[in-house]
Amino acid sequence: MERPTWAPQGIDLSVPSVSRIYDYYLGGSHNFEADRETGRRAIAAFPGLPKLMQVNRAFMRRTVRYAVSEGVNQFLDIGSGIPTFGNVHEIAQAADPAARVVYVDHDPVAVAHSRAVLDGDDQSAIVAADLRAPREILGSAEVGRLLDLDRPVALLLVAVLHFVEDQDDPWKALAVLRDALAPGSLLVLTHASTEGGPRKPEDGEGVQGVYREVGSPLLMRSREEVIRFFDGFELVDPGLVSMPHWRPDAADTPEDADEDPVVFSGFAGVGRKQ
Amino acid sequence: MPRDAADEDRLQRFAAIWSRAVYPATTTSMTRAEFEDYLVPLAARLSEALRAQPFDAGPAADIGAALVDAHCTDPEALPLILSVIDAYLVLYCPPGDGLSAEESRSRCTRLQHHVAAGFARALRERTRSEQEAITRAALGARAEVEQALHASEARFRAVFEGAAVGIGIADIDGQVLEVNDALTRMFGGMEHLASGSRTTDWGHPEDSPEVWGLYRELVRGERDHYSIEKPYARGDGSVLWTTLTVSLLRDADGTPKYQIALMEDITERRRLHERLRYEARHDALTGLPNRTMFFEHLDRALAGGPDGAGGDRVGLCYLDIDGFKAVNDSLGHAVGDELLVAVAERLRACATAPGELVARLGGDEFVGLVTGATASADVTALARRMLRALADPVHLEGRELSVRASIGVVGGKTGTAGSRGAAEVLRSADITMYRAKAAGGNRYELADAACDARAIARHSLTNCLPAALDNGEFFIEYQPLVRLGDGVVRGAEALVRWLHPVHGVLGPDQFIPLAESTGLIVPLGRWVLQEAARQARAWKHAEGAGPDAGPLRVNVNLSPAQLCYPGLVTETVEVLADAGLDPAALCLEVTENALIGADEDALRPLRQLADLGVDIALDDFGTGYSNLSYLRRLPVSTLKLDRSFTRGMQCSPADPVDVKIVEGIVSLAHTLDLSVTVEGVETGSQAECLRVLGCDTAQGWYYARPGPPERLHTLSLVDAAS
Repeated sequence: MERPTWAPQGIDLSVPSVSRIYDYYLGGSHNFEADRETGRRAIAAFPGLPKLMQVNRAFMRRTVRYAVSEGVNQFLDIGSGIPTFGNVHEIAQAADPAARVVYVDHDPVAVAHSRAVLDGDDQSAIVAADLRAPREILGSAEVGRLLDLDRPVALLLVAVLHFVEDQDDPWKALAVLRDALAPGSLLVLTHASTEGGPRKPEDGEGVQGVYREVGSPLLMRSREEVIRFFDGFELVDPGLVSMPHWRPDAADTPEDADEDPVVFSGFAGVGRKQ
Repeated sequence: MPRDAADEDRLQRFAAIWSRAVYPATTTSMTRAEFEDYLVPLAARLSEALRAQPFDAGPAADIGAALVDAHCTDPEALPLILSVIDAYLVLYCPPGDGLSAEESRSRCTRLQHHVAAGFARALRERTRSEQEAITRAALGARAEVEQALHASEARFRAVFEGAAVGIGIADIDGQVLEVNDALTRMFGGMEHLASGSRTTDWGHPEDSPEVWGLYRELVRGERDHYSIEKPYARGDGSVLWTTLTVSLLRDADGTPKYQIALMEDITERRRLHERLRYEARHDALTGLPNRTMFFEHLDRALAGGPDGAGGDRVGLCYLDIDGFKAVNDSLGHAVGDELLVAVAERLRACATAPGELVARLGGDEFVGLVTGATASADVTALARRMLRALADPVHLEGRELSVRASIGVVGGKTGTAGSRGAAEVLRSADITMYRAKAAGGNRYELADAACDARAIARHSLTNCLPAALDNGEFFIEYQPLVRLGDGVVRGAEALVRWLHPVHGVLGPDQFIPLAESTGLIVPLGRWVLQEAARQARAWKHAEGAGPDAGPLRVNVNLSPAQLCYPGLVTETVEVLADAGLDPAALCLEVTENALIGADEDALRPLRQLADLGVDIALDDFGTGYSNLSYLRRLPVSTLKLDRSFTRGMQCSPADPVDVKIVEGIVSLAHTLDLSVTVEGVETGSQAECLRVLGCDTAQGWYYARPGPPERLHTLSLVDAAS
């Protein structure tokens, strides 16, 4: 049968994807030239961006371990992107072999790759869905199969909320998710911002421009706006801080002399549902 | 060779230096401490390789690979890795005494070469496999999307092909791209639309005016959809009626791209609707237009003129068959219906001009409507045609039935249609028709405003009567009856009045006939009797027992309809009992005309009342055709002489003929033992004359006009005093 000309188009690999750009920042090769090109421009606009991603990744790693130490071994990682070195399920399963992880992403390539990576792991799965449609996530077969919503779940929204615009009301989406989670559940969140960090808002605008051009607007939210995401959660110590400041490992001192101060950009925090 | 604690310590320190140098260039998510721990075994292996005998630099390649595994994927990390090995390996991991410093240096260099090679190889492998993985993922995702698209397309196809509604898709220029089978079937094939590959070829003469305007708005992107009923020409020439919904499809930028039409075949539904609509507007028996359709036409015609003066161009014939009820009653309803069908057939043929309509309103009532500039003249012609059409007898089952009809004509020369509403026009025609009937039937009459007004006034009074009785709008006046011999008041006639809220005080002649025709006369008559009886009782109390006067009597009129009322006797007895009144104190007046031709059955109630002691007077005596011998049989005790006989005595000298007549009547009455009362006494000489002639009692303006009951009491007192 001939395909009607009015049918929608498929996947266009010449359009950069935020998850592949992120992989590029992390030194991965799960990306194409269009992604790398955009990544290079973003780094030019905001030097040190890969370092920021690295501490973001390290923060996530610490929070997963924190969650397991708090007795939470179910993870819902929304906006999980391209699986790469130090994935949530690897860290979680290393800490607790019974840990269960459901990844969620709306990028079909990231989803396909995740599926390949998770092949054979029956404690982890990937759902193709969008944070803006939280009920679809909660109603998915994978969530139903792997997560017991009567027990606490760690909800990971790491470096994803800054891609959801106000008009799509991310606060409301978060409220739907929160209401579905049992008390004691954790919200793990990082968000781009120039507030309180070493870089000026103009630097933020540069990188925002790059993302806007590729059709994935990046939002710098204020501390107050980010705090609102924790409605219904109680922030655990040390509260909403820069990523390196959130419970650094004993051996690490965030203010290591040779560390690029860019890593203090943005906000990170963990909240516990009342 | 076992390592001692000192060796361990040196390895640890080497790893610390190494980590400090390399960590900033990595993108690992390990912490510094973890990274340093990760480097310790690598340092140990380097140390071992450095001192091994024989020397083999190969294992150093694994160190490079292990660093890539730890996410040291940035080539910039390699110089940092190597510079630390170069500067510190020999220093912190001395190979021992067996090797010269030069040999150690050389070995360290070769180890670096292999670390670099291993690093490069691993990085190349990693890059390749990750590229492969992501490419595979991209292809997989693309295949998945295509599969989803394919599935969605297959679903669309299934919907498109299998839908019961017709679906057509055209581009924005009107080029038809595709139509589904259902649509083709609706049209009975598309061959006749060979040129119908453009939407604009799909017009139809019966298209509503807005169709193509909506279409243009849609293709211009000014509206996103519209729904209408639209006809199409089928291949066989018949009409396909559809409900058509056209929606605009836009591309991602919002630019209009395609139009999609959904059509449902409503030809049958529409046909049924039209039939129901026809049936709703036509009479099932005769097939003529019915009341509904007639009023539609009449309303339209009346509203016709742009200046609202459409009434000038409307004419109406209201036709009712004379004596139709008799046909039904004697020959049965089946024959009656057949007659109606035959009449309808003839009347239908009378409506010849385009502006003429004959309808059946119901029963045996038909109506002819004429519109147009010459309606006034045409409507009379139509009435004549109708009468002529019915002139020949109707043949029904071997019978010949003569049909006569009465027609009320509105419009015509009288122009009374004016600018009135439909109901008013029809009422005028109806009233006029009754006038034609009253005039003998089998004719037409022209509407006349004055006749209408009278009929309408009568009608409205009739309508008000029942409520008037409930509202206490009636009252009674009493006119004294005076004994001529001594001038003493003997009683009074009760005369009912209606205090109408709009028309004021109305006399009995204005409403008693209406009350008779509606049957209200019975309750009204009862009320009058009760009131009068109560009043007579009151007089009796007031006057006490007069020496010579005897009780005051009250005269109450009985209408013919009351005479036929079965409860007359018992109710009268009850009323008298309730009021505590002696029957002799009541006189019931019955008109002469009411008793003409009455047989014994009809007279029985009166006789019973007379036997009880109630006085019966024959009212208006001399105005009817009285058989004088008949008087003997009647249960009457008094004759009330009509005023026409005594008018000639009002002046002096009295008319001698009147005097002779009255003298004769009085003589006759007294012979039959009847007393004589005279009405309409207006002068003293008249009263004197009547007294001389032997009349017993009189009433009239000479004594008193009708008035409230108290006045009578005053009169009596005056009498008593004089």
